[in-house]
Amino acid sequence: MDGASVAERSLLTLQQLEHLILVLHRRGYEVIGPLVRDGAIVYDVVDRLSDLPAGWTDEQEAGRYRLQRRNDGALFGYVVGPQSWKKYLHPGEVRLLAAERHGQTLRILNNETTPPRRAFLGVRACELAAIAVQDRVLLGDRYRDSVYASRREGIFIVAVNCTQAAPTCFCTSMGTGPRVRSGYDLALTELVGPDKHEFVVEAGSEAGAEVSRELARATAAEDVCQQADAAVERAASQIKRRMDTTNIRELLYSNFDHPRWDNVAQRCLTCANCTMVCPTCFCTTVEDVSDITGTHAQRWRKWDSCFTQNFSYIHGGSVRSSGKSRYRQWMTHKLASWIDQFGSSGCVGCGRCISWCPVGIDITEEVRAIRESTTSSKESGHGNS
Amino acid sequence: MEENKVATAANFDPMLPQPYSVLQVVKETADTFTLTLQARNGAGTAPFEPGQFSMLWVFGVGELPISISGDPSDLGRLVYTVRSVGEATNSLVNREVGEAIGVRGPFGTGWPIHQAEGRDVVVIAGGIGFAPLRPVIYEVLHNRKKYGRLVILYGARSPRELLYRKELAAWVRQNDTQVLVTVDYGGLSWRGHVGVVTTLFKYARLQPARSLAFTCGPEIMMRFAARELENLGFARENIYLSMERNMKCAVGFCGHCQYGPHFICKDGPVFSYDKMRPLLEKYEL
Amino acid sequence: METLERIIAEHPFFAGLDPYYINLLTGCAANVRFDSGTYIFKEGEEANEFYLIRAGKVALEIFPPQRKPIMLATLGDGEILGWSWLLPPYQWKCHAHAIEPVRAIALDGKCLRGKCEQNHDLGYELLKRFGQIMELRLAATLLQLVDVYSNGRK
Repeated sequence: MDGASVAERSLLTLQQLEHLILVLHRRGYEVIGPLVRDGAIVYDVVDRLSDLPAGWTDEQEAGRYRLQRRNDGALFGYVVGPQSWKKYLHPGEVRLLAAERHGQTLRILNNETTPPRRAFLGVRACELAAIAVQDRVLLGDRYRDSVYASRREGIFIVAVNCTQAAPTCFCTSMGTGPRVRSGYDLALTELVGPDKHEFVVEAGSEAGAEVSRELARATAAEDVCQQADAAVERAASQIKRRMDTTNIRELLYSNFDHPRWDNVAQRCLTCANCTMVCPTCFCTTVEDVSDITGTHAQRWRKWDSCFTQNFSYIHGGSVRSSGKSRYRQWMTHKLASWIDQFGSSGCVGCGRCISWCPVGIDITEEVRAIRESTTSSKESGHGNS
Repeated sequence: MEENKVATAANFDPMLPQPYSVLQVVKETADTFTLTLQARNGAGTAPFEPGQFSMLWVFGVGELPISISGDPSDLGRLVYTVRSVGEATNSLVNREVGEAIGVRGPFGTGWPIHQAEGRDVVVIAGGIGFAPLRPVIYEVLHNRKKYGRLVILYGARSPRELLYRKELAAWVRQNDTQVLVTVDYGGLSWRGHVGVVTTLFKYARLQPARSLAFTCGPEIMMRFAARELENLGFARENIYLSMERNMKCAVGFCGHCQYGPHFICKDGPVFSYDKMRPLLEKYEL
Repeated sequence: METLERIIAEHPFFAGLDPYYINLLTGCAANVRFDSGTYIFKEGEEANEFYLIRAGKVALEIFPPQRKPIMLATLGDGEILGWSWLLPPYQWKCHAHAIEPVRAIALDGKCLRGKCEQNHDLGYELLKRFGQIMELRLAATLLQLVDVYSNGRK
């Protein structure tokens, strides 16, 4: 718990939260938040609080995701759905350029239009961590990805502390949640009961503090803050899934030829679902299209997946032609080489890849299988099975 | 398209190609061509280091990473040697003079040629892998006094597939330059060496302690060449390889070119053998 | 005869070999020359000798039926030509074609085989040295087999 922020926490009623969306609109933000669509909670434009998934929760397990009714009206009473904020920051499809050709003249046009200023409402701790990971990938080096940079800049983030966890969650192992720690403008903790529905709110930035001041507010009383903290603690204690990350880089690098890769390859369909739902997976491909007259062409960038055969194609064939090598690449990149490349794990413990795997492959279980088979009997007592 | 902005230096985007014109297309072998490009609109070409590559974009078809094979001191033009092995490479080599090609780059690390000053330069090329090494040869020959011996060892599949034949003949006559060529399959009229490129080492009068070796070619060839050089007494950090993987962006965003912890596009393509050795033997890495 | 002995003694292939064996080898050795274009041996013939190439270039060739002849490898100054004399069935597996004028020292394999049977130390020394050459030749052939420069499409 961050003691310093306790005194600054204020309390919002449900009505005052409605006002938050208005204030954000007034400040020129398009507000993106959770809503129910196609049997899942997805992120899209929200205009009013009633767009939010009041009274819904998600039931998740390996290979399973179902919406269920709650017995209260909680707005943030679900965990995470198939989408993440990369939908907006690192879009699935974006036009890189348009070009015109007339005879031997060629005009290449930068296609980037200014994206709307956006406010994200309902960003979880693991998702904040994922945004920080993608920041390091797409902004943190010699080159900046201008598509990402223009969308990322000036984002207003309203985070939400999780007060319940799904069985697929393992943010506690990855050190990312369930409490939000940084990278937000405002952070909400929802308190919902038979006779109350309120939100403890804390500002994480000057912009957040300004917005917070605009909302009619009362300081959150000590006992309310304690209730909020307890709710987050309860979510933490619900998390049973674990991934032991001790020396995980060395563990995976030294087990390149482990028989477990054959085992997982027998189950993996190489469908790429895990990479599509992963909030940190960033790989893309480029597609060229031209019109039938051959005078206009466009280049589109689209999400790609290391699970596809073509991903590693160089003339003559794919470097990773087996499913085994592709699963190994994904997991080893996510948990090991990511550390070399970007200074942190690529996994934030959100559990999406577990829920959305059609055959229920569980990354934590795969790590455990490799670790336990390579741990001597003396050390096996430290496992976390 | 009213809202579109024309690209200028002010809004530089590494993903945005600049238009170049095809000045010349020279057929090297049955399937390999050398293209010379010149920037349009009077723009100069960006200087490059030997070993760097560009992304060449063909309107409506696609984009390919191609090593620069020209002379680094010739700032007005960019030269590429392309082997036509698929749709995109085909369309690239079928451009006519005057046509436009989009160019991004140069990208990646070059050969550490300046570390080789005062030392022998050993160039070991296989097949199309000769292309990114040709700028090294130009650099050494232009600044002959800065370097020791220049040893060029080049292997190709058959005599018909040898690149830069005229230049090879000219380089043989240069001072302190040894050129050895070998093919895997010689016809009966071939009077040169037959065998993989490593079989040339015994003729090359190598001085491992005072040389830098640069190798580019099929990965398995580089693997054997580097191992053999090490057996001959080359330190691993004095052997450099140019690696190839699928690339879409060339700036580390698309994820395709990952090779263990490395991005071939921005950490490479040129790597020292001490970094590559643990990875080269991993199948389907 | 003295020069022949010195050439053999100084050849890297025989480095470290006991002078007694060098003397034995010299007893089986003779200077030979081949004009450019001539065949030193041909596939299927009995293999009863090997050569230390002193100058010139020798191509190893095979002639697959209905296909173009293939030049497998070239051997040059200082290299050893031929190991089929050492092991049954003592038969050449390819042609050796002098593509330049060749000067070499021929060693009588039949004579050496007899000496190796009588003196296993000499036999071991020769096998060790020829084993090394076979290893290198096999490694080079492996890479040719991979056809490293092919574009992957057959």
